[in-house]
Amino acid sequence: MTLLAVERIKLFSTRSPYWCSALALILGVGLTAIIAGTTENGQMSIGLTQFGSSQLALAVVLVMSALAVTTEYRFSTIRATFLAVPNRISALVAKTVVVAFIAGVLGEIIAFGSWALAKVMSPTSDLAINTGAEWRHVAGVGLLFGIGAILAMAVGILVRQTAGAVAILLVWNMLLEGLIGIIPKVGVKIQAWLPFQNANHFLALGGADAAEQPGAGIDFKLSQWGSLAYFAGIAVALLVVALIVAKRRDA
Amino acid sequence: MIEAIGLTKRYGRTVAVDDLSFTVQPGRVTGFLGPNGAGKSTTMRMILGLDRPTAGRVLIDGKPYAELNRPLRTVGALLDAKWVHPNRSARAHLRWLAKSNGLPDKRVDAVLEAVGLTQVAGKNAGGFSLGMSQRLGIAAALLGDPKVLLFDEPVNGLDPEGILWIRTFMQNLAAEGRTVLVSSHLLSEMALTASELVVIGRGKLITQSSTAEFIDRSTGNSVLVRSPQLFKLGPLLVDKGFTVRDGADGALSVSGATSDQIGDIAAANGVVLHELSPQRGSLEEAFMQLTGDAVEYHAEIGK
Repeated sequence: MTLLAVERIKLFSTRSPYWCSALALILGVGLTAIIAGTTENGQMSIGLTQFGSSQLALAVVLVMSALAVTTEYRFSTIRATFLAVPNRISALVAKTVVVAFIAGVLGEIIAFGSWALAKVMSPTSDLAINTGAEWRHVAGVGLLFGIGAILAMAVGILVRQTAGAVAILLVWNMLLEGLIGIIPKVGVKIQAWLPFQNANHFLALGGADAAEQPGAGIDFKLSQWGSLAYFAGIAVALLVVALIVAKRRDA
Repeated sequence: MIEAIGLTKRYGRTVAVDDLSFTVQPGRVTGFLGPNGAGKSTTMRMILGLDRPTAGRVLIDGKPYAELNRPLRTVGALLDAKWVHPNRSARAHLRWLAKSNGLPDKRVDAVLEAVGLTQVAGKNAGGFSLGMSQRLGIAAALLGDPKVLLFDEPVNGLDPEGILWIRTFMQNLAAEGRTVLVSSHLLSEMALTASELVVIGRGKLITQSSTAEFIDRSTGNSVLVRSPQLFKLGPLLVDKGFTVRDGADGALSVSGATSDQIGDIAAANGVVLHELSPQRGSLEEAFMQLTGDAVEYHAEIGK
């Protein structure tokens, strides 16, 4: 518990988490506002409310989480941390828990914020959250953010520098996994096993909007919750590798 | 007490620290002396468990750093004053450190007071001058009221006032019975600060001794003697087994003898003395002579 408090003090005594959170909120909710504003009244659906949160804001949260680690390396405060807490694994796990928790809460705020804004802007649309799938589509964003944060921090610990970690995360999330689908025949098969595609699969609503949802057209082998577990498994596996590397190498 | 036993660190084919063994005793300031690149910082990082030794080990009060419970309460270290987040306030920096080792917030105020940073505690550390950063680093080292303190080149780049402040501070810490290890590449600085020296070059131990002994041994004392009766005094000194050479201006340069001994001999034999002065080679010369072969990056001087 002490270590969690330490990481909380560290995180909230610098400005970058505030800026990143604000940016994620503005981009996530903002995109929904644009979509709601340009969709005819009555045509807005729950499937259209989470593009901002699950795509745009997620990218910002990945950057925020990686920064939480890479700035420590950049300013060598990671060494001060390891001096205070020689058990590097507990120190880094505590940091990961704090950042992932904040990312999760932020995800819920952005997801429900986007949904509420759509409801206000398009009052005649059916935006009631009734089914389990609809709940998963909105409330699941927080889970995605939390797991994404773990994955981003693992990359941050491994790469240790901001530019590299951010480049890897953004290219991976926003470009690479999508582009692999262009490869004839096998591309779609590979995509079914890529982490961020599985994250999208977890959120997928199905039904009338299916073709417009991210991850459409991929033949996933896992159930939707299975996809989430798979995404989480990859994030945790990467974190374990990162922790072992951090423990062994010179700080 | 710090105890290094056969400490070795290799980076690929480069040997940074080579089979280094030494001890640092409490109650005095021990200088860790060596030219740039001799392996001082690497050794200090290994003492603190930041770098993993290739071979050997180092113990603090009998335990490796990683096994210390709440290590800031046992060991305080200032390796680099810039190990702070520039956008975090000095107080927040100390607060998270204190929290991590279960120290109360009032320790934060106490150490800020001790180093004279109370006025600027709320300011971001990135805006601090080098001297202020150094004080913040010392505050962090003192946070847990530790018995063992390590400082890596603490006076580098400081103005004379800052140097004097740190020097006095370290001596006071040692006088309180703490173990203090201070690294430097300047023997003249160490001569004023440390009473014990661990001297290394190219990662190897050159010597461990008291500062006075090291300086006496390495500067090669001689005594300059001027007298109108040198023809009488010279042979007397040679008879006593001292080495006598002709110095400048018809004076004698006597080595192996103290000025007291020469004065006594002169008086006993009724020799008039006009000058009797101990000569000391410069500390830098002595240091260069000792570590000359052990400097990693040589530059040819005046050739």
